[in-house]
Amino acid sequence: MTAPGNVAGVQKLTGLFRKQIFIPIAALLVLIIFNLIADPSFFEITYAQNSAGEPVLSGYLITILDNASELAILAIGMTLVTAASGGQDISVGAAIAISGSVVLRVLCGDNPRPEEMQASILTAFLISCLVSMLFGAFNGTLVAYFNIQPMIATLILYTAGRSIAAWINNNRLPIISDPAFGYFGTFMPGIPVPTPIFIAIICMIITALVLKFTTLGLYTQAVGINPNSAKLNGINPSLIKFITYVIMGLCVAVAGFIKVTRFSTINYSVVALDIEMDAILAVALGGNALSGGKFSMASSILGAYVIQFLTTTLFKFNVSSSALPAYKAVVVIVLVVLSAPTVREKAGKVWRSIRSAKAGKEAA
Amino acid sequence: MGKVLNRKGRLVPMSDTNLLLTITIVVFFAMYLAAMLFIGRGFLKIQTLFNILNENAALIILSCGMSIVMITGGIDISVGKLTALICMSAAVNLDYHNGSVLTAILLSLAIGIAFGVVQGYLVAYLNIQPFIVTLAGMFFAKGMTTIVNSTQFNVQNEAFLALKNTRVYIPFLGSVNKLGKFVPAYVEIGVIVAIVTVILLFILLRWTRLGRSFYAVGGNSQSANMLGINVRRTRFAAHLLCGLLAGIGGFVYFLHVGSGAPSHATGAEMNAIASSIIGGTMLTGGVGNIVGTFFGVLSLSTIKNIVTLLGLDDAWWTNITVAVMICIFLVVQSIVLLRKRSRS
Repeated sequence: MTAPGNVAGVQKLTGLFRKQIFIPIAALLVLIIFNLIADPSFFEITYAQNSAGEPVLSGYLITILDNASELAILAIGMTLVTAASGGQDISVGAAIAISGSVVLRVLCGDNPRPEEMQASILTAFLISCLVSMLFGAFNGTLVAYFNIQPMIATLILYTAGRSIAAWINNNRLPIISDPAFGYFGTFMPGIPVPTPIFIAIICMIITALVLKFTTLGLYTQAVGINPNSAKLNGINPSLIKFITYVIMGLCVAVAGFIKVTRFSTINYSVVALDIEMDAILAVALGGNALSGGKFSMASSILGAYVIQFLTTTLFKFNVSSSALPAYKAVVVIVLVVLSAPTVREKAGKVWRSIRSAKAGKEAA
Repeated sequence: MGKVLNRKGRLVPMSDTNLLLTITIVVFFAMYLAAMLFIGRGFLKIQTLFNILNENAALIILSCGMSIVMITGGIDISVGKLTALICMSAAVNLDYHNGSVLTAILLSLAIGIAFGVVQGYLVAYLNIQPFIVTLAGMFFAKGMTTIVNSTQFNVQNEAFLALKNTRVYIPFLGSVNKLGKFVPAYVEIGVIVAIVTVILLFILLRWTRLGRSFYAVGGNSQSANMLGINVRRTRFAAHLLCGLLAGIGGFVYFLHVGSGAPSHATGAEMNAIASSIIGGTMLTGGVGNIVGTFFGVLSLSTIKNIVTLLGLDDAWWTNITVAVMICIFLVVQSIVLLRKRSRS
């Protein structure tokens, strides 16, 4: 017989197992333990000189937090879109190209190599937000009011997005030489932590506040679980779906701004390539059903960091960037299979039978 | 509109599948006719049509597999990168491992079937979302292609080149060239394979038990289950078939380009999805037709040809036009279906 305290502990543990956030946490723990065993220097953080000659923090952990910023921001929008419409937005990569292109177009005007910027960075950012939200509204209209499946509706922008981005700048690749523009994608002078980390944290705080103090989260889940009963309860399902796509557009604008400030230029065909797949993966790794309904924002964001952790780990072990997807696929499949309900049920049965056998032995 | 005569001679509403199919075929012929009338030039030659077929034989086969998976309510986004992997593997087999054409074909089919089995098992028996499974499949194929060989190279194997350059001439069709000589129209071997595939799959979907159960599972898996259809096995079969077709399509693509490269068939999965949609297959499952998919591929590449012939050479115009076309199709489809629903 087990002690009562022990039983409560076991129940708490199984409760944690059932929590959604358990999946990304477990994946993160596995990766951390793997790195600790393979090479503990992975977790070292040192001071190094950046290109401007200032001391900045450097190390794999900083790289992960820095590079995952765009993905984490996109995961916020993708979670809402997935929850409300039961489908995914596959146009985010192309939309990032558009928003980045708009920022450069506003700042450069007609001259691709301007000596000084034509407008303030804030203006450019706000205009790119507006454009991205318009494209989000386009996707949202197709999904919410024309009842087209999200993946198919966003396929349109996926096909045309990079071409539109190239068209905005007349197919030229503008470069901004003003160092102030690069502050947002690299380091602010005097601050040793990369700026994208702060931007991502600000986005998360805003999201947390919005979810806490507005009914957006509740309505989104209601629409995702059953649009008809949501309608009977006085919620407008089409409007909620539409709003989530506009929010996705806003997230895209922020992510695009970070992307374009990292290098102060843009390459339409490569920028944020396949990032939509990673963003959807982040949502799935967070244990959210891709068919919509209930969601956990924290799990999705954590999922984004898990993906970046995995990528950086693989890079550290000298996996070439073109072969990287193969290893990523294996890890993803293992994680997804382990977290599949059927597998967990079977594992649970095996676990219970072992425990009951043990208990039987003890009783005897 | 949207009504047909049934066997008893009464007007009944068309099924969704047939309605969407009709729209697709009408649009394709209208578009091609308009191109012949207003652009003329290349479109007046019969060979242009056959060239469209030559270039898209592989895409037709891939799209057929995609349609079947979509009819059962799933999706497979791995087929494009899988094609690249098959091209590379077959090329390496032919040139570096002294393979013959037969071993290359067997290898292609084996890779396709292997992907189909694994993805099908994960989707059908472990209940993992098809998007995630095939996304991982896509990543895996993408990475494996560069692991097999990271650079592009042209195949030198003679038996293969002979097969690649085989032309099947169409009797009585052709055009007279500038010198007044009659040039017969031709197609490549891949087109024959593609057309045979379309016919076989049409028969499969229309008149066999398996084909009907694809529609039943896609339409409503719970009622399919109550009708005694093995839902899991049907889903597995759809992914297996899609994998097999990706194997065939991959080899046909290889036969057309004759080289292995990691960049081959980029975006083919999205083209296949787009073709299926233009052909009237719906991602929600239960609605679709292989003949529609066939015309979907043709429509997609006809519009690309029209854009090029109009002199809008800048690469972005093609993509934007294709996107506009998909958009129009989707909106028309959704309006037609919505009106039909509201009337009934």
